Amino acid sequence: MTAETTLEPVANPRASFFRRLPVVSHFNKSVGLQRFMLVVGLVLTGIFLLTALAAPLLAPYGFAQLSDADGNFPTQQEPGGKHLLGTTVGGYDVLSRVIWGTQTALLVIIVAVILSIFAGVILGLVSGYIGGWLDRILVVVADAIYAFPSLLVAIVMAIVISGGQSSLLGGILAAAISITVVFIPQYFRVIRAETIRLKAEPFVESAKVVGASNVRIMTRHIYRNATRTLPLIFTLNASEAILTLAGLGFLGFGIEPSSAAEWGFDLNKALADTTSGIWWTGLFPGLAIVWTVLGLTLVGESINDLNDPRLRGRKRATRKAAASAAPAAAGPGTETESSNP
Amino acid sequence: MTTLIDAPPSDADALLPSKKKAAGGGLGQYILVRFLLIFPTILILVTMVFFLMRITGDPITAAMGGRLPPDQLQERIHAAGYDRPLLVQYFEYLGQLATGNFGTTLSDNRQVTEMLTTYGAATLELSINALIVALLVGIPLGMVAAHRRDHLPDAVLRILAILFYATPVFFAGMLLKLVFSVWLHWLPVAGRAGTRTELSLTALEAPTGIYWLDALRSGNMAAFSDVMSHAVLPALALGLLTAGIFLRLVRTNVIGTLGKDYVEAGRSRGVSEFRLVTKHAYKPALIPIITVMGLQIAVMLGGAVLTETTFEWKGLGFQLANYLTARDFVAVQGIVVLLAVIVAVTNFIVDIVAALIDPRVRY
Amino acid sequence: MSENLGSVSDRREQDRKTVLDINHLQVTFATDAGDVRAVKDVSLDIKAGEVLAIVGESGSGKTVTAKTILGLLPETASSSGAVLINGTNVISLSAARLRQIRGRDVAMVFQEPSTALNPVFTVGWQIAEGIRAHAARDGGGRVSAKEAKARAVEALRKVGIPDPEHRVNYYPHQFSGGQKQRVVIAAALALNPGLIVADEPTTALDVTVQAEILELLRDLRDKYGTSIVLITHNMGVVADLADRVVVMYQGDIVEEAPARKLFAEPRQDYTRRLLAAVPHLGRNSASEGLTQRPHQDEEVLVAADNLVIEYPGRLGTPAFKAVDGVSFTLSRGEVFGLVGESGSGKTTIGRAIAGLNRTTGGSLKVLGYEMLNLRERTFKPLRKDVGFVFQDPAASFNPQLTIGECIAEPMLIHTRPSDAQARKRVGELLESVQLPASYAGRYPHELSGGQRQRASLARALSLNPRLLIADEPTSALDVSVQAKVLELFKDIQEEFGFGCLFISHDLAVVDILSSWVGVLYKGKLVEQGIGSQVMGNPQHDYTRRLIASLPVPDPAEQAKRREEHRALLGI
Repeated sequence: MTAETTLEPVANPRASFFRRLPVVSHFNKSVGLQRFMLVVGLVLTGIFLLTALAAPLLAPYGFAQLSDADGNFPTQQEPGGKHLLGTTVGGYDVLSRVIWGTQTALLVIIVAVILSIFAGVILGLVSGYIGGWLDRILVVVADAIYAFPSLLVAIVMAIVISGGQSSLLGGILAAAISITVVFIPQYFRVIRAETIRLKAEPFVESAKVVGASNVRIMTRHIYRNATRTLPLIFTLNASEAILTLAGLGFLGFGIEPSSAAEWGFDLNKALADTTSGIWWTGLFPGLAIVWTVLGLTLVGESINDLNDPRLRGRKRATRKAAASAAPAAAGPGTETESSNP
Repeated sequence: MTTLIDAPPSDADALLPSKKKAAGGGLGQYILVRFLLIFPTILILVTMVFFLMRITGDPITAAMGGRLPPDQLQERIHAAGYDRPLLVQYFEYLGQLATGNFGTTLSDNRQVTEMLTTYGAATLELSINALIVALLVGIPLGMVAAHRRDHLPDAVLRILAILFYATPVFFAGMLLKLVFSVWLHWLPVAGRAGTRTELSLTALEAPTGIYWLDALRSGNMAAFSDVMSHAVLPALALGLLTAGIFLRLVRTNVIGTLGKDYVEAGRSRGVSEFRLVTKHAYKPALIPIITVMGLQIAVMLGGAVLTETTFEWKGLGFQLANYLTARDFVAVQGIVVLLAVIVAVTNFIVDIVAALIDPRVRY
Repeated sequence: MSENLGSVSDRREQDRKTVLDINHLQVTFATDAGDVRAVKDVSLDIKAGEVLAIVGESGSGKTVTAKTILGLLPETASSSGAVLINGTNVISLSAARLRQIRGRDVAMVFQEPSTALNPVFTVGWQIAEGIRAHAARDGGGRVSAKEAKARAVEALRKVGIPDPEHRVNYYPHQFSGGQKQRVVIAAALALNPGLIVADEPTTALDVTVQAEILELLRDLRDKYGTSIVLITHNMGVVADLADRVVVMYQGDIVEEAPARKLFAEPRQDYTRRLLAAVPHLGRNSASEGLTQRPHQDEEVLVAADNLVIEYPGRLGTPAFKAVDGVSFTLSRGEVFGLVGESGSGKTTIGRAIAGLNRTTGGSLKVLGYEMLNLRERTFKPLRKDVGFVFQDPAASFNPQLTIGECIAEPMLIHTRPSDAQARKRVGELLESVQLPASYAGRYPHELSGGQRQRASLARALSLNPRLLIADEPTSALDVSVQAKVLELFKDIQEEFGFGCLFISHDLAVVDILSSWVGVLYKGKLVEQGIGSQVMGNPQHDYTRRLIASLPVPDPAEQAKRREEHRALLGI
């Protein structure tokens, strides 16, 4: 039974710094399908990041560009020629907007996730450790927001922040903060639950017994162990941020096409095109969303599996077992012995 | 939109008397406590929505600012009472809510509660259809994935589930429309029913508003097939997204219970693997599954807003999107609060169902 | 009864057929660290009506061997050799054929009855599942639900569940721990298998309940001629039940002998060391020959007077009294042993002394400080005088800090030494618990269980406390490791001279360390006195029952004690 209560560190603290980095250590642990999923996710996400960084070089036109030296762009032009993926009803170049859209998405992810991690982690840690009335109130509030459809919360926040108007950087900030409000309860719940679990661990109690102060216990003993799941939440919430951003854009709370390129907004405009069989205006921004979310989710899911010993796949035993003189210790969980407390 | 993170159980679960051995009348008490918890939840959401939406100004300026001269605007603001202290307005609003008055829309001067009766059924129909798709697809496939864990079927199903999740519901809807309506002409593009069907169904005596149910009751098979052909694509778009999440949920939880001693004990008595998965492991896994599914139903309402917009499905979400475009924030606030009540009540019912499955609560 | 036990099994051995025959079994697991050979080369057999005990410490491969008998190894394992049940080789069997054998020819009893029963199905349904699984496949047609239930009732009756017609519809949580284990045994018996594999069947149970379950298992063998493979680490259980014993160590069989012979004249070194390490009630008593409580002239460190500790009930349920009117004192230099079964409140008292639990009534004075309405700020200066050793050595160290950092933590908080001073002191402490000073740089998971518990002791001693609380410090350890840690503990206590509250469920362990022993039962201190007197001449009914149900690692003596135990219970 001891094996189950043991707190396994994510990575061996003795290993080199590089090998202890979240994704790297996970990669080293992975096998078979899990490694495949992790690699595909990393490749998709990597391409997304590179595209965002190199957007000015890759995009043939600006995101708000409607004309070039040859005159105005045609509207709703089929893919091919000067416009590789066609043009929209407003005369924008689809390829350019898809590429510039990566920048918007990345900015929103960064702002939203960083803000919510800070707020959520601090609140969760304090609330879970101190307990009492503060904890109860925060839990009820967080639960109320958590149970509510997050898109609606984001809509309300978008109205509050920008009054529904969309400006240049304001649009991005509005979207990011709306998403933040949705995510804080999630981080809060995860960190709080982890804090409460750790609070009852003997190593925290042993710190209490020797007289460590609350701040010392929270920072030295709980914080480092409670935040192990953050890489996982980070990737999964990043993908959710993109979906929420696209949902807001689709409902018209996105960013005006002249301020930045945003996939959800473009899909909104493309909705009417579909009926007349114009597929390229919607297909490509949509695929961009699927690509990005798929990449981030695959990474997050793999990390989740590798963190959870129950879900983690292991290498199969090799038949020529006799050849390897292995240490005597049996495999984890093969012996279950404990005395009655 | 939706979440893939395994949510730790809320504090309401800690109130479950299951940890105590002597649970005399535990269930009744649990239901009561859980029921009373609905009210603070709604109150918190109402309060937040109210204050947040008033921070930025009054709804009349938002809707008509710039279109009316300033003095007329002031007059209308005064008439509506928006120039009084915020707290006074807040308590007045609470009082209205308590009597079931969710406000009157600015743009077309309708009662928000009337909207519920007019459009609620459409949203309910979409949610039921989508839920059926999600359950039929998500649960069996989740069990298959758990059973064939780390083998090919599991790999395919997991990637499929993530793909479902990664596709925004409006993009999925758009693709489905493009393929099945525009290119193949198999199914209608949008709406809940053809004009003639719609007329015949609304003319019925005491219609439920759920079209396929009304069509079945009136025995009008032509209307029924028309309704179904309209329902397929929205139900698939919203249902498959949710199915992806259900699949993952069932898989994770069944894998968890498959590793328990009692499954091993069943195996040691010669019970077949099929039965171990579908009975011995599935039923204990059902308790957390149902709890999370309850949260997903709330999430589906959010998805319904987008689905309804995509398919011009005239439900609450479609109306919400319209009022958003019209900047009618009184209507938006009303619908959002209405949805909050629906969500809170749904979660209450789901929690009770989850508790009923657990014999430790029943006895 | 005790006299003919050996001879009966001797006679049986000649004419009974072999029900299980294991030949050159090897099992290998694939782990992150590479292949691990859990079972290297095991051959054994068991005759009808025989109880064969497989004993060994963790990592010996005994549980893996047991699982192989039912073909229950996980996918990561590969095995070779032969496991013959009534002549059929389990290892090479198809999944479908394997299912036929499970439950019908061989059944299993698990360690933890609360997890071996499915919480959302009635016990009757769970027993019937096995019956129906076989009826459908063995061509006997489907067994009706009614018939299956009737057979489940029968099985429950066999294992002594009262009112089985009614209880068959109960859910597992409606049974007590001992009854749950009876239900698990009933499920195993449902199809009358000739062989039962019992994997640590009493380890999760209290010692008084353990005695009942052992009695039940003995009954099965005597009445129905069931063969039992008993997997255990507890030598007392072996002495009580086994006819023949196989000792395993690191995947190999070290020794095999009839039970009496093995205990009387062990041939192998390992067996001898193992047996020597097992605490034996009445031997090595710390209070041997004492007539008076020692250290009474010294400073009183802990004084409990009518102490009450309640846990608040939820939502109108009444508060639970974990500790109910307990009074005792503990003086400097003395080891106070606190014994009790689960739920007796022993851990709660220990935690309250360390300020981890609040007291709710009476008085508890720790180093002169009244713990009722404890205020952390005023108690903090006293904390350096109180050390605490936790039960689970694996969980009591922060996995992110080195052993050195953990041991230095109390000093950093109270005395703020320089880095060099702290390092020097950590080195000294490690050496005093017989660990190399270089271990300061290691992380907790790099140490073995025994090493971690030594380090834990070092941490508790780092500020030279006047009072030490040890809550089941050796329960999670193997016996050979436990023996060494206990010895170390005794030496250190004599050297440092602190007062110690030693909490344990194991009477024999308590007796080795403590001169003064208190017995807790349902929150009440039913008896306290000099260790050897409490153990030798218990006054309270409960103490008598507790001592009588503890099996001692000696078959002959245990047979005698069993008779006394039966007489006590009036069987």
